[in-house]
Amino acid sequence: MSPMTAQVVTLKIDGQDVSAHENDSILTAAREHGVFIPTLCNLDGLTTLGACRLCLVEMAGSPKLLPACTTKVSEGMEVVTSSERIAKYRRMVIELLFAEGNHICAVCVSNGHCELQSMAQTVGMTHVSVPYLYPKRTVDASHERFTVDHNRCILCMRCVRVCDEIEGAHTWDVMGRGTAAKVITDMNQPWGTSDTCTSCGKCVHVCPTGSLFEKTASVSEMLKRRHFLPYLTMMREEVE
Amino acid sequence: MSKVKVATVWLDGCSGCHMSFLDMDERLVELATKVDIVYSPLVDPKNFPDMVDVTLVEGAVSSTDDFNKILKIREHTKILVSLGDCAVTSNVPCMRNVYSVEEVLDRAYVQNAAVGKKPPTKIVPKLFDKVRPVHEVVKVDVFVPGCPPSADTIHFVLTELIAGRIPDTNAITRFGA
Amino acid sequence: MNPEELRKIAITQKESNAQYKHQICVCTAAGCVSSGADKVKDALNAGVKKLGLESTVQVKGVGCMGPCSAGPLVRVKVRVESEGEILYKEVTPENATEILASLDTGKKIDKLEYNTDVPFFTRQKKVVLENAGYVDPDSFVDYIGHDGYEAMIKAYTEMAPQDVIEEVIKSGLRGRGGGGYPTGLKWSTVAKARGTRKFVICNADEGDPGAFMDRAVAESDPYRLLEGMAIAAYAIGADTGYIYLRAEYPLAVKRLRAAIRQAERHQTLGNGICGTTFNFRVEIRLGAGAFVCGEETALIASIEGNRGQPRPRPPYPAASGLWGFPTLINNVETLANIPYIVREGGDAYGSIGTEKSKGTKVFALAGKVENTGLIEVPMGTLLKEIIFDIGGGIPDGGKFKAVQTGGPSGGCIPDQFLDMPVDYESLAKAGSIMGSGGMIVMDDTSSMVDIAKFFMEFCMTESCGKCVPCRVGTVQMHNLLEKIANNEATEDDLALLQELCDMVKNTSLCGLGQTAPNPVVSTLRYFRDEYESRLVRKGDNGSKPQPEEVKA
Repeated sequence: MSPMTAQVVTLKIDGQDVSAHENDSILTAAREHGVFIPTLCNLDGLTTLGACRLCLVEMAGSPKLLPACTTKVSEGMEVVTSSERIAKYRRMVIELLFAEGNHICAVCVSNGHCELQSMAQTVGMTHVSVPYLYPKRTVDASHERFTVDHNRCILCMRCVRVCDEIEGAHTWDVMGRGTAAKVITDMNQPWGTSDTCTSCGKCVHVCPTGSLFEKTASVSEMLKRRHFLPYLTMMREEVE
Repeated sequence: MSKVKVATVWLDGCSGCHMSFLDMDERLVELATKVDIVYSPLVDPKNFPDMVDVTLVEGAVSSTDDFNKILKIREHTKILVSLGDCAVTSNVPCMRNVYSVEEVLDRAYVQNAAVGKKPPTKIVPKLFDKVRPVHEVVKVDVFVPGCPPSADTIHFVLTELIAGRIPDTNAITRFGA
Repeated sequence: MNPEELRKIAITQKESNAQYKHQICVCTAAGCVSSGADKVKDALNAGVKKLGLESTVQVKGVGCMGPCSAGPLVRVKVRVESEGEILYKEVTPENATEILASLDTGKKIDKLEYNTDVPFFTRQKKVVLENAGYVDPDSFVDYIGHDGYEAMIKAYTEMAPQDVIEEVIKSGLRGRGGGGYPTGLKWSTVAKARGTRKFVICNADEGDPGAFMDRAVAESDPYRLLEGMAIAAYAIGADTGYIYLRAEYPLAVKRLRAAIRQAERHQTLGNGICGTTFNFRVEIRLGAGAFVCGEETALIASIEGNRGQPRPRPPYPAASGLWGFPTLINNVETLANIPYIVREGGDAYGSIGTEKSKGTKVFALAGKVENTGLIEVPMGTLLKEIIFDIGGGIPDGGKFKAVQTGGPSGGCIPDQFLDMPVDYESLAKAGSIMGSGGMIVMDDTSSMVDIAKFFMEFCMTESCGKCVPCRVGTVQMHNLLEKIANNEATEDDLALLQELCDMVKNTSLCGLGQTAPNPVVSTLRYFRDEYESRLVRKGDNGSKPQPEEVKA
């Protein structure tokens, strides 16, 4: 259904009366009205995933927390986007992520431009209270222009989605289960030997951390440019 | 009013946090009117005093030496501050954690050595399998992330502590910077 | 085939069964096969041939008889018409001659006899498993000779789809896969959902450790499952069904494949079912062993050929499921109840069980209990009846400590709940769940911390890795449990464990993560002292206990 024929519903976000299209997510409605909800796996222009759990919000009349990115608005809904409980969970999500990989901000190409790093500050994390796992992970620098450093990957799957949905190459995918899950190129072969990769670099620029970067970048130098993404999606929708 | 007793200690880190401390420059003079640095790589005393009000810890816990030091310091410190990413997150020192101690020593003292290709057996403290942040070893009261935390940050933290308040470092610090 | 033709097959088969003087049924479900049932059956067949008894003695393979630990099991009807039955346990091929010789004398072989006049048999009520142990799972005609497909013929020829749904609603049947969602409501939701196509999926991805209810149904009575699916398809208007079956059940795969072929040949599946114009095909999809694929959205993703990962609900599969079409997902046991409900009526089914939990439930009894195996009891049977009467109590004079129900998503129930009726609500109140029906009994030698650790390790390795709390939280919780088990943890660690339990439960994407903390939460609730007795004291100076390398 195109937005032209969509119904408008009214709901409450943090006590504020707002209106939204019935097909909008809570996240979209909140952002439109200046209410900030933290996200990591979500990215404008890509399909929603609901994996990082940062955008969980409370709903009146339900003990369950719902992901704002994948939950549609509905008439009369009362959403609470921040509370002590939610804040604690959000902080724990980030702590778990920091403990899971090997995130050494000081020597990272994305230092200062990293979404995970800034999210830590946003959610008020001053240290990681769970033990660090220090996994042994690999770096693949076989591609002539890009590198993937699995130590910094948080499995947001933005690379997988952008490659499949926008570039149409589907070079990236995920293999393995649990913390052993990792993003792979083609059939888990070195990126440089991938037949499907078009070297477009979209994956690099949607990556929230320094996991995917351009080889020319040194510490703090990897700036990610994503303005192309919502634009591409919008243009395609208009053509359709 | 008696001066606040402050100690600083340098575990497995690069001393950058201490450099940043010194970067407080002229503010150090003003601080000196309120605090006594009773133990530090920057001052003379060789033994940790009986009781210290505030200890700033730079560096992660990597060796038996770090470990014994931090236990003793915790015992004789009222407020323990993890200063900088190495103390807070184990940072760069922990990059060796995915390798065994043998591999690390071999890399440093054999593969990359110009002369005397042999890991040390004396004086150098025994390395632990894993480098750990300070709070995984002892209780830490205040966390100050940053690599290094800026002089401004350190100044703010100390001023707050001197005033008897626990500083909220979240707004002014960030991992890695 | 039209109903008349099918009924003719049934009559012919009944007559042919009746002409044998003696019938020897050999259990050929996975449990007995693994202890050598095939060889027993071969030896019996060879003996019959040698003695020239082909026309008087029938040897047939049947499905699960229940007491799996006593296999291979053989049931002998000495004179078919007298209905006298003897059950023999731990039968070897060498016993074949003896058994055949005993047929004419009518004398039992005492050393092999398994006394069936015990609560294990008398207290059970077979609905789902009514054919198991009686019907040859490899034979379409034997199934139909045991009143199989009567329900389907009734549904297809005498009832409108809505009537079928009404019967299911009336029966009060709730989903047997774990959630306990009312089946009739689910059916009517899918029936009402708008879609150019609809699908029926049978969830046979039974993954709980210690659970083998669905395997037994699929192996023992595959046609019943297909009948249940075909009735569901008729009720909701689906043209295609999938059985998502785990590849670790090779016998079930083989039998279901053969059953689908035979059913299609007899048009109880495929085009023009039962002489109507209704079409319904069934395909098998093999799961590669991921526990998470039992979660319905992950299961759908897997059937679609994608990575088996769940997605947030809503939309529920009833509205948007397989390839975006309305999809009904029921588990094996749920669907195996359907023929009974349609045949006997929803009221008859609803008269079994308790007010809110109707019907029977199949449980897989395992662990420290005398009679391990598969049982089916009315809902509301007391826990102590199941464990002490049917299960025969704790072996070697042991003392009952707790029973784990619901697998890794469930909880441990201690002895103060032995008088509790086993139904959805009571189990939930005690801090566990019905789950799919695994029951692991523990005696006083079992450590609750180790149990919790075991299940956490299971969830940790089975987490799909999509959402952060489940992927990383389970690892952290497992490490903490290991620390406690090794007497290295402090009260801070225990507090952190509890905090993580709360967080993972409330923030995980799917049921796997949301329920992963349950074994910890329930053992903490009832056996907290076992955790606390393993804690070490923190140093007075706030120092934390150190790993071995430091102490050395």
